[in-house]
Amino acid sequence: MKKELTIFDNPENAKKVRIILYVLCALLFLGDVFVHKHGHFGWDEWFGFFAIYGFVCCVGLVLAAKHWLRTLTKRDEDYYD
Amino acid sequence: MIDLPPALIFIFGAFFIPFIKGKAKSAFLVLLPVVGFINLLFLPEGIHWTVNFLGFQLVFGKIDKLSMVWGYIFHIISFISIIFALHVKKDLDYWATFVYAGSALGVVFSGDLISLFFFWEMMTIGSVCLVLARRTKAAYEAALRYSVVHIVGGLFLLAGIVIHANTTGSIEFKYLGLSNLGTYLIFLGFGVNCAWPILHAWLPDAYPEATITGTVVLSAFTTKTAVYVLARAFPGTPILIVIGTIMTAFPIFYAVIENDLRRVLSYSLINQVGFMVVGIGIGTEMSINGTAAHAFSHIIYKALLFMSMGSVLHMTGKINGTDLGGLYKTMPITAVFCMIGAASISGFPLFSGFISKSMVITATGDGHYTLVWLVLMFASAGVFHHSGIKIPYFAFFAHDSGIRTKEPPLNMMIAMGIAAFLCIFIGIFPGLLYSILPYPVDFVPYTGAHVMEMLQILFFSALAFTYLMVNGIYPPELKAINLDTDWLYRKGSKLFLRLARNPVEAIDTCFGQLYMNLVTKPGLKVAQGIWKIFDVEIIDGLVNQVAIFAKDCGQYIRHLQTGHVRNYALMMVVGFVVILYFFIG
Repeated sequence: MKKELTIFDNPENAKKVRIILYVLCALLFLGDVFVHKHGHFGWDEWFGFFAIYGFVCCVGLVLAAKHWLRTLTKRDEDYYD
Repeated sequence: MIDLPPALIFIFGAFFIPFIKGKAKSAFLVLLPVVGFINLLFLPEGIHWTVNFLGFQLVFGKIDKLSMVWGYIFHIISFISIIFALHVKKDLDYWATFVYAGSALGVVFSGDLISLFFFWEMMTIGSVCLVLARRTKAAYEAALRYSVVHIVGGLFLLAGIVIHANTTGSIEFKYLGLSNLGTYLIFLGFGVNCAWPILHAWLPDAYPEATITGTVVLSAFTTKTAVYVLARAFPGTPILIVIGTIMTAFPIFYAVIENDLRRVLSYSLINQVGFMVVGIGIGTEMSINGTAAHAFSHIIYKALLFMSMGSVLHMTGKINGTDLGGLYKTMPITAVFCMIGAASISGFPLFSGFISKSMVITATGDGHYTLVWLVLMFASAGVFHHSGIKIPYFAFFAHDSGIRTKEPPLNMMIAMGIAAFLCIFIGIFPGLLYSILPYPVDFVPYTGAHVMEMLQILFFSALAFTYLMVNGIYPPELKAINLDTDWLYRKGSKLFLRLARNPVEAIDTCFGQLYMNLVTKPGLKVAQGIWKIFDVEIIDGLVNQVAIFAKDCGQYIRHLQTGHVRNYALMMVVGFVVILYFFIG
């Protein structure tokens, strides 16, 4: 049997991945300063618009799916049997 | 060199499959799409292979830039998915794959509505076989529902074609627009295969029940053929913008809470087709180019994602998020392939989704469709969330499920490798794809602003996922199913039957009584009167016969009345179509 990869068995490594993500997010957010934007609507040229929109959308999506859709539609696996 | 209709090579070739054995069969299966592709490369633009049929001109080869985009990608994906399936030992699977793919090519290259309808229905047959080939009870039932939905959709298409042909006297397949009742019905028939909202439930119902290799094939053809016919016949139809926008948004909510990972991919398939439908609805050169480009790159990365999940299912026998996790330890290469597919569907710069999806989004911005633009951006973030992060995370990382397996067979790895290579190649060198699009491309994907916008959206979506995960807010995968509109015909029809049975029975009894009072009883009374007048000995037999005949008639009519409700429904649909036909004709 081939040797297994175990890199993420160490919680420290998973934490390192998260830290890299945080740093990249911060850099991208600040990177808005250096990019010349040419939006279609005006407000899409606001500083950090895409970053904030992406974050808010995803949190909203998950909360809506969890609290509303799941409440409405969840059934047992043998519901149709 | 002899030019052949692309559909013919696949469908004719399919019938030789059972007669070839062993290594020769594998070689034949792989060579068939290659031969088809070479044939395609040499097809000159224009109208080819016309046949006269009952006074109509059937066209089996309408070759132009639009149909060629679909022609190329359908050959490429047939090649990849047949390599992925080479370990399968059942002829039915191969036969169905080539009949199905060949029929899709038939639709794409048909220049008239009659041959289009013929290939359209053959696609249903091929695809149903791919679901049935799983040979489980769930697959059998899903295939039955799948075929009923598509047969009904096909009926709408047929009725539309008949009415359209009667109204305009033309069966040519070209720009139709919503101009008469016929084209509305054609539009609706296309919409069933395109998985429009409410009509979509067949897709997440059937695709996850198909075979491991069948789902890969299915993901490529039915919906994308529908996208093609809509792009051909209904570009610039505003309602498509609304339909497409809804398609991009609602499936991602389902994808977040769905446990079966192939079903998650089915929902994200609808979401991606939504982008294409929006592009058709806008109808500018830029947006139609975007639709064609997105169909091309989508087919490859979606197949790659289904192949990676198929490999997981093949090796572990499990596909639910609740049962998986930690597979990166023993399937690292598959995990990498999956993440390449995930990066592509999410539209990461340097991957194929980025250079195609951004064309559609830019087209909505150019047209100042503010709300549509906002929803498409939301959908871009959402698709990254569930296809980009959730799929690889729950299958390969998350908690360790304890499953120890190994990489899938070599043929599966090669197929995923080719698809992964193409995802990156198209992403880095978009020029080649842009050069085959229907219109000249005036679009530069890699500008600082584009790249920055997309990276911000994606990384902050990942940040949101991490935030929700770390704080325990993210909904856990549950061993459960989620209701969708297929409830209407899976549970609703039973409810309807139960409700309907009483009124139907009442009407039946009423008719029986009416008949008894109006025919049988008077008949008996008359017979009695006659008996009083004439000699019993002479008339007796005759009267009995009349009464018996009348009773038999009553029995017969009663049987007619008690027929199954679905027969009534069918008769109503048929009657409706016939009435429409005469009304319009």
